[in-house]
Amino acid sequence: MRFDWDWAFAAAILPQLVAAMQVTIAATLLGFSVALVGGLLLAVLRRSRRRPLSWTSTAIVEFVRSTPLLIQIYFLFYVMPELGVKLTPFVTGVVALGIHYSSYLSEVYRAGIDAVPRGQWEAAAALDLDRRRTFIRIILPQAIPPVVPALGNYLVAMFKDTPMLSTITVLELLYTARDIGAETFRYLEPLTLVGALFLVVSLVAASGIRLVERRLGT
Amino acid sequence: MLDLLPDLLRGLVVTLQLTAGGACLALVLAFAGGLGRMSGNRMVRAGAGLYIEMFRGTSALVQLFWVYFVLPFFGMEIEAITAGILVLGLNIGAYGSEVVRGAIQSVPAGQYEAATALNLSARRAFWRIAVPQALPIMVPSAGNLLIELLKSSALVSLITTSELTFTAQTLRASTLRTPEIFVLVLLIYFGVALVFTYGMRTLEQRLSFWRQPGSRA
Repeated sequence: MRFDWDWAFAAAILPQLVAAMQVTIAATLLGFSVALVGGLLLAVLRRSRRRPLSWTSTAIVEFVRSTPLLIQIYFLFYVMPELGVKLTPFVTGVVALGIHYSSYLSEVYRAGIDAVPRGQWEAAAALDLDRRRTFIRIILPQAIPPVVPALGNYLVAMFKDTPMLSTITVLELLYTARDIGAETFRYLEPLTLVGALFLVVSLVAASGIRLVERRLGT
Repeated sequence: MLDLLPDLLRGLVVTLQLTAGGACLALVLAFAGGLGRMSGNRMVRAGAGLYIEMFRGTSALVQLFWVYFVLPFFGMEIEAITAGILVLGLNIGAYGSEVVRGAIQSVPAGQYEAATALNLSARRAFWRIAVPQALPIMVPSAGNLLIELLKSSALVSLITTSELTFTAQTLRASTLRTPEIFVLVLLIYFGVALVFTYGMRTLEQRLSFWRQPGSRA
């Protein structure tokens, strides 16, 4: 047994890891922004009265949710250039995360929209509001606040999936940790610190979500 | 395109082994973690809570690398596929713990009171009254977790386990037929996920037969 945790080494690499954490957080926030918009779009299309639109949206959601994010990242990274679309690894990663989580968020939005009482639609119709206005002015403002905590949970989930971007050379936290490991032959400290950093950010984010939940509950 | 299939299907077999192994381990850990968290013993409760928060709070990929690269430093050399099953099981088990706990807590308190009134012991009330009612509640979430597990098994390719994703990457390097390979791989994962979804739906119906009117439980 060679348990030789080196505090000096851990302290020396911590600044490098914290700097890399910024890339992880940036990718998460950008990816989540894409997913917030993409998810809403999919949820609205799914409710469309035009069959091909709702059917396509359902198919996209089911397919994207049921296949691994890692393959989707590879797909964008290796296949897009063959189609003539060249993106940087970071942008590719953000797009992949965004698309993957759009499919989850669309289900969250859908639940929120379905939870708005039918009477609201009827009241809007009685007031002679058209479908689009009803949706934007009446339904969404009631549908979204209750699902904010669920959206928040997916933000944390996405944060924990960003290490996959290390496979397409995005210099985020895990990539940096492995880089340090390869240079120094010490994996114990970098990988343990990465785990600890993730745990801290996740726990802080989770308690933040609980706070929002309580706010929205009152 | 079809000439790529035999290799990919060989990879799929390993993916299914990872998924099956991970699922068995996760099932055990989910019950242990979920029940542990509701235990009257403070130490057990704290232990279960620590396990659940640790594995839910960190990234599955980081957990995998930690087990694969760091455990050898403690003198534990484990095979890649074993490391994969271990991490998948531990990770999904932590999420499953919350599913088990939620389902058992959703059994109405009156059921326990009724069991007490019938002079059933706490243990019997739990296994004969609470669990049979909680199981059908768990199944839909368990199905989602099973699909999460299937998808997470792709990560095990990164510690050189030749499952479906790894096979795809090797094929890509040797044939350069990138789009075909990845489309096939996505379709295979989707197909397996559909089978799992269908299977879990059947299981749910079986487990909740007593809820249907006219059934003799």
